[in-house]
Order: sequence, then structure tokens, then C-alpha cells
Amino acid sequence: MYEGVVQNLIDELGRLPGVGPKSAQRIAFHLLAADPADVTRLTEALREVKDKVRFCSVCGNVAEAEQCRICRDARRDTHVICVVEEPKDVVAIEKTREFRGRYHVLGGAISPIEGVGPDDLRIRELMQRLADGEVTELILATDPNLEGEATATYLARLVKPMGLTVTRLASGLPVGGDLEYADEVTLGRAFEGRRLLDV
Amino acid sequence: MRPGSGQASTGPTLVWVYVAHLALQDFRSYESAEIALDPGISAFLGPNGQGKTNLVEAVGYVALHGSHRVSTDAPLVRHGAPRAIVRAGVVRDERKALIELEINPGRANRARLNRSPVPRPREVLGMLRTVLFAPEDLVLVKGDPGERRRFLDELLTVRAPRFAGVRSDYDRVLKQRNALLKSAAQHRRAPGPEVLSTLDVWDTHLARTGAELLGARLELVAALGPLVAKAYAALAPGRAADLEYRASVSLPELSTDRAQLAEALLAGMAEARKNELERGVSLVGPHRDELLLKLGDLPARGYASHGESWSFALALRLASYELLRADGDDPVLILDDVFAELDTGRRNRLAELVAPAEQVLITAAVPEDVPEQLSGATYEVASGEVTRVR
Repeated sequence: MYEGVVQNLIDELGRLPGVGPKSAQRIAFHLLAADPADVTRLTEALREVKDKVRFCSVCGNVAEAEQCRICRDARRDTHVICVVEEPKDVVAIEKTREFRGRYHVLGGAISPIEGVGPDDLRIRELMQRLADGEVTELILATDPNLEGEATATYLARLVKPMGLTVTRLASGLPVGGDLEYADEVTLGRAFEGRRLLDV
Repeated sequence: MRPGSGQASTGPTLVWVYVAHLALQDFRSYESAEIALDPGISAFLGPNGQGKTNLVEAVGYVALHGSHRVSTDAPLVRHGAPRAIVRAGVVRDERKALIELEINPGRANRARLNRSPVPRPREVLGMLRTVLFAPEDLVLVKGDPGERRRFLDELLTVRAPRFAGVRSDYDRVLKQRNALLKSAAQHRRAPGPEVLSTLDVWDTHLARTGAELLGARLELVAALGPLVAKAYAALAPGRAADLEYRASVSLPELSTDRAQLAEALLAGMAEARKNELERGVSLVGPHRDELLLKLGDLPARGYASHGESWSFALALRLASYELLRADGDDPVLILDDVFAELDTGRRNRLAELVAPAEQVLITAAVPEDVPEQLSGATYEVASGEVTRVR
């Protein structure tokens, strides 16, 4: 244990995801030795992120205004919505530059163990967005794990009466990989989702 | 030299597998131990509590990633040590592979194959196959249905490692569904539409993964049944032994079609829904099924004598061994302290049945417990030291 304030800093850092006690200690001592200007910049960034960043009123993505950059962008396709779990998923899909529609961030996935039900996710907001009939395709891009699959099934059933096209991201083999290195679950999924080869 | 290689005259060509080298670090009572092993028979002798079983338990761990004695990994690590390491040099069709498992209680284990890490320990499952006979097997006959389900699932996993994934998916779905049912049961009033529609989703997933597990178990029992009957008849002539799989839902006749099984599970859940919501647990699915062991017309559990129960447990293991051989692999046989419990007749018959295996590892307290047919290399185990004496 260290003197009061140093230990406080270590404790706070240790509460961050992915930071264990050893890393927390290392970061704390790095900050102690760092140039005061650098530390000021960090505290400023932390304060600003809490003050300025909020969640987009339309899609739930992180935003600095009432609406996020993507929802404000008039060039985006308004007929397609891609549903993801977290804002970081939006960033991942944006990097592909393949998708020109808009997003809807649920804020998690259905998981009764953690007490997360449909009411705790931004599903009501999604239904409101779909109500006017402008959206024709819903892409379900929740994580390919059990909870993500359950959430996708739930949404697909919920919107079924609305008659839109509902698609799920494909899961299967990584591009550029070797077949032999795929684990058997992935390979099994890829078999299930095999497609006709048009020649 | 190749003991027993003349036995494989019929059936598929067998892949010969044996453990050539075993090294332990902080495993159970061993701070460190290294043993060289030959194919054929090896007996580990020594008084009780000297660490004989720990050696064969380690070999079993390499094959199953679990122990036959405990359900958690914590007791496997030597008291005071952070982790245990088991290294096994496995010779498979004359090629040697080094499997290393790092057992981290409470955290994910890590595995290396030929000194390079593999992403998931599951990937080295199947490199070594073992069939282990131990006094603990008696619970297969006398214990709760859960023991027999575990027996089936372990055998499934040994035959197709993919089932480790199916099993863990099923357990996860079950946990989620139970959490939902439990929270609904606590509210006491009729569950709202959002609970019911979420439950529908979990039903679909439970039916899908459940059907996969159920279908595989049904196929396994169908293949295993005749082998168990044969092994039991060879060990203990008398009443006929048989297996029957009792599912928690009524099943389509003689079908293991996964879609049909999923339908049957969904129908079962629909029927049980009111009851499930009241009690807050999942009452339908492979986790509630029973593998019935029968002697003549009676269930072995509760009706069989001690000797009959023992013979049935051994017959289940022998049948597993035959099944794995039929798959084309010759598993390593481990007989942990089993002869002391048997009369001379059964002792000799068991010895005859196991002697042809590529590798047999035996533990016994005294040399007289090991039948003559099984004489081979002998190791003495005393206070954590293993010495080859013959």
C-alpha cells in the first residue's frame, strides 16, 4: 500500500476495464513522473468527455450535439438501419466504408443473467423509427455470441409483422485465413451458411 | 515391439496411441516429477496416499481436460502453488507430439502443442484418448442421473471435440433461461408480454442446442447399448445388461433428426411453461434426461448388488473402449485401483479384456492385486517419488 493519494489513483485506475493492479500501479507512477502539461491535458480530456459527449437522440451513438454525425449526414441512406450493440460497433462498421445507411445502437444485448431485458435496451426507440415505413431493410449486426443471437432473434420476431427485409450479418471463415486454423464452431457455422457458387 | 498389435485383425486399421513421457509440475502432491513410459502394461505400486492416482489422473486430464475425481481444477494444483503444469509426450502412429497444459484455477487454462501456444485448450483435445476405470465409477450406477449424463457427454466429447462447444453453449442458454424464469417467478404476478416473448427466444435457442446434444446422446446410446451388454456378459454372466435413454419430453420414434427433436423440445417447453414460470427453472431438455441402466427388467440403481453394480460400471467403461476402437483409435486404458474391489473370476476376465490394448496404466497398493495376465513394467511410488523397478 502507498500513501493516501497515490493509492487512490491506483485504485481508480484499477477500476478501468482491462487494467489489473500491476498495470494500475505502472500507469500511476508514469503519471507521477510525467510532465505536468501532459497530465493537465489528460484531466482536461476526461472532464470534457463527461461534459460534452452525450448520446444521439435518434440512434443512441455517442454524439457531441443533439444528433450524431451520421444521423445529421443527409447523404446517408434513410431506408436501411443497421442495429448494433455498442457505439464501438458503429466505429468498426464505419471503417469498412461498405455501409451507407444509418445505425441504431441498442446499448447491450438481452442477458437475463445480468438482468438485461428488452426494456433495458433501446428497442422502443427503434420501433418508433420504423413506424413511418421509410425504412425497408433492417440489418441485425449484434455480436455473434449467444446473447447477440438471442437479441437478433427477438428483434426479427418483433418486426416480422412490419414486412421489412430483415438480414443478419454472415458468420463464418475469416477472409485470407487458412481453413485448417478455423475452430470447429466457426467452421461448422460456415458449413451451415454455405452458398451456391454462381459460374 | 508392439504388444497386442496382432489383435486388430478385424475392423478399421487402428491408430496406435500411447503416452511416452509424463512430466508434472505442482500437480497435486508432486512438486515435480518426470516419468518415461513404454507401450504395453505399466503398473504403479505403493501404499495408499503416496501419489499413484495423481499420476494417472494427470494422464486422464490431458485427454479430457478434467479430472475423474473432482469437478473443479483448484484441488489439482499443489497447495500454495499458483498453477499446475502437465506435459505429456504422446506417440501417435509413431509420431511424437508434446502436449502441455497449464491449469489455472479460476481462470482459463492454457495449452501448447509442440511448444507453440494454441488459441484454445480445446484444440488439443482428441490428441490423446483415454478410458479410465476407477472406484469413483460406482457412482455411474448408484449415483444421481447427472453422473450418467456426464458419462455420456464426456464420451461424446472424446469422440468429437466439437461437443465441448455444444455442451457449453447449452449450459449457457440454460443459465440465461433459468435467470429469466427465476426473475419472472419472483414477481408473483402474471409475467408481462415482454417476459413471454423473450422466453420464446430462449426456447428456440434451447431447442436448437438441446436437439444437437439430445440427438448425439441418442445415437451414442444406440451404439453403446449392445457393447455394454456384451461386456457385462463377459464380466459377470447372469442377467442381461441394457441401456435405455429416457428423455424429459416424448420423442419421435427412432428418429434422431435434429429438426424433429427441436420440435419435440419446443412442444415439451410449451406444455411445461406454466409450471416452469411458477417454479422458476427449466424443466425440459437434455439436462433433465436419464440414462437408465437395466439388469434384466429392473433398473440397476437400487436393485443391483454391490458386485453387479461394479460389473455394470466396468462394462460401461469397457463399452466406451470398444466404441473408441471401432472409431479407429486405440485409447490408453487406465485402471486406477480397480482390482482390489473384484473377486478372482472377475479380476481375470477384466484382465483378459484389457490386456490387448496398446497401453495400460495400472495403479495398485500391493503387487498381488495385479492379475498375472497384466505383468509388465513396474514403478514404485513412495512419498511423491516414482522409480522404475522392473
